[in-house]
Amino acid sequence: MSAEWTTLELKVNNHPGVMLHVVGLFSRRAFNLEGIACLPCRDDRFSRMWLRVKNDSKLPQIVEQLKKLHDTREVREHEASHEAFERLEQFFGTSD
Amino acid sequence: MKYTGAEIIIKLLEKRGICQLSGIPGGANLPIYDALSKSKKIRHILARHEQGAGFIAQGQARSNGEVAVFLATSGPGATNAITAVADAKLDSIPVVCITGQVPQSLIGTDAFQEIDSYGLSTPITKHNYFVRSAAELLEVIPEAFRIAEEGRPGPVWIDVPKDVQNEEIEVEAFPEFEGKAPSHTPSIPKIITMSKLINSAERPILYIGGGAIHSSAHEEICALAERLKAPVVSSLMGLGTIPVAHPQFAGMLGMHAARYTQKLLEECDLLMAFGVRFDDRATGKISEFCPQAKIVHIDIDPSEIGKLKQPTISMEADLRDALDALLPHVLERSDKTWLKRLEELKERFPLETPNAGSLFSPYGILLQSAKMLEGEFFVTTDVGQHQMRVAQCFPFEKPRQWMTSGGLGTMGFGLPAAIGAALEHPEATAVCYTGDGSLLMNIQELALIAEEGLNIKVIVSNNDSLGLVYQQQSLFYGKREMASRYQQRVDFCQIAEGFGIEAIDLGKVENPQSTLEQAMKSKEGVLINVPISVEDHVFPMVPPGGANHEMICGLKETAQKGALS
Repeated sequence: MSAEWTTLELKVNNHPGVMLHVVGLFSRRAFNLEGIACLPCRDDRFSRMWLRVKNDSKLPQIVEQLKKLHDTREVREHEASHEAFERLEQFFGTSD
Repeated sequence: MKYTGAEIIIKLLEKRGICQLSGIPGGANLPIYDALSKSKKIRHILARHEQGAGFIAQGQARSNGEVAVFLATSGPGATNAITAVADAKLDSIPVVCITGQVPQSLIGTDAFQEIDSYGLSTPITKHNYFVRSAAELLEVIPEAFRIAEEGRPGPVWIDVPKDVQNEEIEVEAFPEFEGKAPSHTPSIPKIITMSKLINSAERPILYIGGGAIHSSAHEEICALAERLKAPVVSSLMGLGTIPVAHPQFAGMLGMHAARYTQKLLEECDLLMAFGVRFDDRATGKISEFCPQAKIVHIDIDPSEIGKLKQPTISMEADLRDALDALLPHVLERSDKTWLKRLEELKERFPLETPNAGSLFSPYGILLQSAKMLEGEFFVTTDVGQHQMRVAQCFPFEKPRQWMTSGGLGTMGFGLPAAIGAALEHPEATAVCYTGDGSLLMNIQELALIAEEGLNIKVIVSNNDSLGLVYQQQSLFYGKREMASRYQQRVDFCQIAEGFGIEAIDLGKVENPQSTLEQAMKSKEGVLINVPISVEDHVFPMVPPGGANHEMICGLKETAQKGALS
């Protein structure tokens, strides 16, 4: 994985509107979102969300905007090669 | 004791101290209205359109800084509310919108008046809720108020299905409303670094915006400017923070700034950006905005810092707290060279207000009517040429006197916002400066002036046109006028009378001066129609997308520059 991308880890409140809030933020602010994975945490009041986003000059703004969402509890930045997406890739390898 | 969801909503609003709110009832919010009918503490103001209700709430919130509430039903009630809520988002106004929704059993079935209010409101609110049980309301309502006013204020939308409104639950105790969480304490080392930069500047300018109003930082801003002998420029949203008559006030910056304001900005070596967001209408082409200046940016919203312009030093803080901490470290300056430069530029390149002595010139009607105002007053505008003229020259004296749709630029804002301000301040005069195009967009709310007996002066600068559109077509589209002139003239006086309020056509009365004076000084609501010429443009003007120094100052110059093809 090149440094073109970076991996964000979000802890969010677990309710049906959260996904809309997060993906809506990306589309309306013209941020690039390459991949998304989300499951409830063990404590199911929360969900963990993994995002693969473009590592460009907009990244700090993306992080600030994600923090502003009221359902976001925590935002952590990881390296592009974080295994969350590397391991998922086997399920997405082919185009057919 | 047992309460329904609807009763819980009303009880909590009462507890929060809401004593008047606007809205419109409909099928999906009737239980809320039924609960409201039993309230002895909350008065309801029946708007004629949900957008009107939303702007009434904004007028309440903008004029007193408190969270205001409005109600709408599902479906069209919700979609009508959207513009007013989006407007509140862009100008950071604390408003809570409570909508009815179809019962949860019908959600997703395309039921009558069903619309995804939660989905629609997501991108235009600070936060939004879809409430799934009456018990949730006990948490959601206080949290909504906290979010609306905390940090950078903004609108919150609460969508409540009808079955939740009707659900009865046992409530042992109603929750307390928490106050705002304190903002970040300004860090002292940073304050000291910032003060060093400020103390070493030769030509500093304060650039202030809506954040100065929201944080009530006006006294601190005046104190800082006076200590530094520094000029203060304001964005559209920051007007009124320091009195327009203050000798250090250097006007509104941006697309319609006076030439001296622009020239002063070009010369500054330090820009103190306080509670601003470097909006494109203020900065023009951002790469050419104050290119020589170092920048100090203080804002309560960290996402605004570095969003468009990278500051030399910045701080995420409530502006008032930050300035309180900063002031002791700022050295008193005795050198007035920079202020003399302001005076010099102001004299050479003043704001031009042609024919200001005539009541029938666009500037004249504003300036003359302003002089006639007595006692406490509030000013709202709609959007267009009249708005820019009021912003350029109205003698504002204090914060919150001025209310305008800045970010979204919503025509139709002025009248209902004036109603909101008048409801909160019955002793004051509310003036709505508007144009014929804008007024038509929420004209139905004229009914409330009569119904509520409000002291509102609606002053219509009437050129039978969408004047600012016509101006842009004249300047930038080869004079090809398209859809900017109304073919059918509207008799606004007859309309006003139809709504039960007094009306004056200033162009038809024998003594316009004394008639206007009498109308401005009366305690009654009145509509005043003032015919003006569509050929009077607002200058200066920076061509959209251009740099601020490319401003056009008059038609002649436009022709010379070849902007007219």
